[in-house]
Amino acid sequence: MKRFGPETALGPVTLSVRERATLALIGPSGSGKSTLLRLMMGLLAPDEGELLFRGEPVRTDDRARRRKMGYVVQGGGLFPHLRASDNVSLVARTIGWPKARVSLRLRELATLCHLAEASLARYPAELSGGERQRVSLMRALMLDPEVLLLDEPLGALDPITRSELQADLRRIFGELEKTVVLVTHDLAEAAFFAHRVALFREGRLVQEGTLGELERDPATSFVTRFVEAQRANAGGGSPR
Amino acid sequence: MIAPALLALAVLAPGDVATVRVASKKFTESVLLAELAAELVETTGASVERREELGGTRVVWEALLRGDVDIYPDYTGTLLREVFGARPAGDEAELARMLAAKGVAMTRPIGFQDSYAIGMRRELAARLHVETISDLASHPELRLAFTDEFMDRADGWPALRSRYHLPQRGVRGLDHDIAYRALASGEIDATDLYTTDAEISRYHLLALADDRKAFPEYQAVFVYRADLERRAPRALEAVRRLEGRISAPEMVGMNARVRFDGVSSAEVAAGFLAGKLDVHAPVNVADVWTRLRERTGEHLVLVAISLSIAVAVAIPLGIWAARRRRAGRVILGVVGVVQTIPSLALLVFMLPLLGIGARPAIAALALYGLLPIVRNTHAGLVGIAPELRESAEALGLSRWARLRLVELPLASPSILAGVKTSAVITVGTATLGALVGAGGYGQPILTGIRLASTSRILEGAVPAALLALAVQGLFDLLERALVPRGLALSSSEPPSRS
Repeated sequence: MKRFGPETALGPVTLSVRERATLALIGPSGSGKSTLLRLMMGLLAPDEGELLFRGEPVRTDDRARRRKMGYVVQGGGLFPHLRASDNVSLVARTIGWPKARVSLRLRELATLCHLAEASLARYPAELSGGERQRVSLMRALMLDPEVLLLDEPLGALDPITRSELQADLRRIFGELEKTVVLVTHDLAEAAFFAHRVALFREGRLVQEGTLGELERDPATSFVTRFVEAQRANAGGGSPR
Repeated sequence: MIAPALLALAVLAPGDVATVRVASKKFTESVLLAELAAELVETTGASVERREELGGTRVVWEALLRGDVDIYPDYTGTLLREVFGARPAGDEAELARMLAAKGVAMTRPIGFQDSYAIGMRRELAARLHVETISDLASHPELRLAFTDEFMDRADGWPALRSRYHLPQRGVRGLDHDIAYRALASGEIDATDLYTTDAEISRYHLLALADDRKAFPEYQAVFVYRADLERRAPRALEAVRRLEGRISAPEMVGMNARVRFDGVSSAEVAAGFLAGKLDVHAPVNVADVWTRLRERTGEHLVLVAISLSIAVAVAIPLGIWAARRRRAGRVILGVVGVVQTIPSLALLVFMLPLLGIGARPAIAALALYGLLPIVRNTHAGLVGIAPELRESAEALGLSRWARLRLVELPLASPSILAGVKTSAVITVGTATLGALVGAGGYGQPILTGIRLASTSRILEGAVPAALLALAVQGLFDLLERALVPRGLALSSSEPPSRS
């Protein structure tokens, strides 16, 4: 459980994440999904209860474990004073990776994430929105983490960039076979990426399952309303 | 090992090869008397360090006690009333006893008295039938203004007001030289004078009679550290030749030569010594360029050292303030309060600890330099976008690595702007260093005010302004070199967040 002031922001929530599967945390804004992601990352400590990563409690001061988890913050969070390549390789260099290994990994990731090598030498301000998002993803993947956490990875992109990146992301998740948790408020996007969906409302987990389960067997009327509202909004615009 | 030991012995060897440090306060008569003493000391072969125009009795007195100054001219009344706070004016014997208890001695009187008096324009005094200070009590409408020192010291305005029951309100504090001009132009009606001031006849002033004896005797004497008798007996002997030799008219004459004829105090002093004591002292008056070069050197040293200290202290303080919110409020509060301490007060406060010269000035300037840097470091760090802060944390960077690789580079434009502000302020404030003997561009400004010489004031003010501009330009270049290019890009075209 996490509180901010007297308000309970999240919980109590019991949720387990399957390895090598993609889970989407979904729900209206303020429903606690980003807070849960930060708790998983160990950026916040729960006020009550505990988080386990492979049976071990997640601590906020455990830097070594953080490096096993890749995190893409909402908006990308690229450091404006560093070139794209330096953004991606920052941690690897501080923990003493040799130069050759760094540049090899950079090229690997650029290929995987479809980023032109020329863009690596640019500053974030010189990149397009889509490129910035790719660089953020590369940064999260640099140390080959076991888990990838993404907060609204397609949050603020124009529709064309968005659909391109969406396809790429799904391909990357598929190729890497990592455990992925991503936050979105868009049901179509959740369905597109994720095997399973966890729907949140006002800090509570309402239902967890595949999209089909949510449609066929809604836990509450809110689930039905949420699914239908998203359908209407999407207006067939959802990819596939 | 032997050579340094011999060298130390040579330096410590007693005798008249010693250096005698001669100081003066920042009014012409004091500067002249000190110059007379300095030239006499030089005839004995001893070398002289001049500490001219120090900012008031407190400053010189503290420096004498600390041993930063060996000898300076003062007045018996000032010593009794201001330094020792004796209420009934004691006599000279009593004063000598009090001085001895502090390890200080004085010469016999030099010959003239320079007492406080209250001066008015003759024409106004005649119109109002004012002849004595008592007469002022029946004219509450008169506008009085006194020198800051006279306003504050026990034997000054407070004593005068209670002795004569003076009714005037809204009494202002002014610089002595400015007060004369205000008096002459009719902006004020009365001010404190010294009875040997050359301005009294020049501006057609009347020194009102002290009919109730509010002011004690002010015999001019030299005050010196008792150990001077042992360290430089011949130098002291030479200064003693002035005992009883300068009359009040002679002093007024010398003051007038400096004040109104534009003759340097060194030349006036040398002229007096030649005529009266048949002592021929070599006079070397520095030309404008030599003076300018020396003052520039002093000023640059003051600014460079104090700014370096301010940066070294303020950036860590700013980081700390940004990390701990409660400590941050305290730090910003304290640094802000330091800024409100009047600069002269801060300088005088430093004297018992650091003596006179560059050190107290550097300490005070460094303290004044803190606020802009601390505040901008704090603001720069606190203003970092939360998603950047979170990204750095999520990457698993250590606190130190986060600070060094992410937070400080992101805050660098703000920090540099703070350092720039601080540097420009320091260039200006460093002119006050002259009050505690630190030299710099403040020295010609002090001299210029003392001699009512605009060109002398400009000799300090213009280079100070140019230096401030140069410093600003230097930091603009530094900004280009130090602020990461990526930041310059993102501030010129904000990254589209769409």
